[in-house]
Amino acid sequence: MPNIRFHKFVLGVNALVPLAILFWDAFRNQLGTNPIEYFLRATGVLTLTFLLLTLTITPIRKLLNFNAAIKYRRMLGLFAFFYACLHLTTYVVFDRGLNLADVVKDTFKRPFILVGMSSFLLLVPLAITSTNNMVKRLGGKNWSRLHKLTYICAIGGVIHFYMMVKSDITYPVLFGIVLTGLLGYRVMNRKG
Amino acid sequence: MLIKKADDIKSSEITDEKTYLNRRNFLRAGGLIGSVLATAGVYRFFNPRPSPEIATGDITNVIKPEGKFTSADDLPNSFEQITNYNNYYEFSTDKQAVASRARNFVTRPWTIEIGGLVQKPKVFDIEDLLKFEQEERTYRFRCVEGWSMVIPWVGFPLKKILDAVVPTGNATHVAFETFYDGVVSETPGVKLPTEKQQMPNALFAGIDFPYVEGLRLDEALHPLTILATGLYGKIIPNQNGAPIRLVVPWKYGFKSIKSIVKITLTDKEPPTTWNIAAPDEYGFYSNVNPEVSHPRWSQATERRIGELLPRKSLLFNGYSDEVGKLYEGMDLKKNF
Repeated sequence: MPNIRFHKFVLGVNALVPLAILFWDAFRNQLGTNPIEYFLRATGVLTLTFLLLTLTITPIRKLLNFNAAIKYRRMLGLFAFFYACLHLTTYVVFDRGLNLADVVKDTFKRPFILVGMSSFLLLVPLAITSTNNMVKRLGGKNWSRLHKLTYICAIGGVIHFYMMVKSDITYPVLFGIVLTGLLGYRVMNRKG
Repeated sequence: MLIKKADDIKSSEITDEKTYLNRRNFLRAGGLIGSVLATAGVYRFFNPRPSPEIATGDITNVIKPEGKFTSADDLPNSFEQITNYNNYYEFSTDKQAVASRARNFVTRPWTIEIGGLVQKPKVFDIEDLLKFEQEERTYRFRCVEGWSMVIPWVGFPLKKILDAVVPTGNATHVAFETFYDGVVSETPGVKLPTEKQQMPNALFAGIDFPYVEGLRLDEALHPLTILATGLYGKIIPNQNGAPIRLVVPWKYGFKSIKSIVKITLTDKEPPTTWNIAAPDEYGFYSNVNPEVSHPRWSQATERRIGELLPRKSLLFNGYSDEVGKLYEGMDLKKNF
């Protein structure tokens, strides 16, 4: 048990490393010429990264016979939510100047924001129901059915990224390939 | 045969509990620090710190005209900002990487060929163009991506050079072309020989090269339309479109084509690169218009580089008084 606690601690510290570097760079004015855009992009990519990491837990458990991996999944998921919150806050405050009516208008005007916003809204119930207590209250079956929404969030997130890129689609496609692999694994497993 | 019995482990060799725990803590600390360093390394690899690159000579014959082309709240962006945040897809799609990737772009000798529907087609040498009277023109610059700057360009009206070649009566449009000597590879991602290349090219940008742009003839002859040869009194750096580029301040930045080698007068609307790539997103006119939104960027507001909060975008980028009459009677939503 103390080992798992320590591993969680290591994982948590590592998950915060990008944020620490981001703030350090921001503090030294090293986020480049358009720091807000840099911060938005970085937190967005971090959200997707953690979403995909969350989805790698199941394949890791089965393929490597490493069942204990499940113990780290909630933490990864919550970090995805954490970075998504930062991403959204940056957009609302610095891109829209905290004008909420404008946020709503903008969301419906620009399809890629609508996709991103929907994926975020779907993440909220998942974060809320992440506690042990909630798992018990919902019952394991319902809980895991609800948390299948993670797939939708990840797909939405990758589409959101793909839609916002102007012409160089390398990164969104990379995320897409990894996600396809992760979801494909689940489909295959089901049939097999 | 005598089998020797293994010695008992001497008690002195048994690690005592304290040392064992110390060792365990030591390993843990090592693991923690090692993993943090690895994570930081991975993060840094994918998010490199942008590095500033500058150094060009001065332009000596610059005059400052009477007129003013910006308002009181338009403070010029710094040379560093202007030269380290560039859209120049031939080099990189990463705005902060263009400066270093364009460093080896050879821009001398350089000529611009002007032809098509003109009476006196001519090939201009860049050195001759630099002998034209050079004016400082501080303009607002608005990118279609929703950011903007204020840039003190140095250059001369495009009209000067067009007048010199005398467009024929049936010329209605002007087409421009950027230098490009990349071999178009069939397989994306395959490195091409760069030894003899004047322009080290991006491997994949998602758009066709050479980059082409166009204007209506009256837009091209408008006094605000200039060919820029410098900024901040210095010879224009490679990443900003050396040695000569177009600046049309009331249109989105991508209309202001860089590193021009060819200008052709025609009698029809010429093809333009971004319009070819995505016709529903980028129109031929591409005038700055807060009312016409782009699928990815609301054009109602913009972020002025260096400012934290967005500011309102202006019709024709604030140059309505000067250029509004060019578009009288036109539906700007249709002709976006």
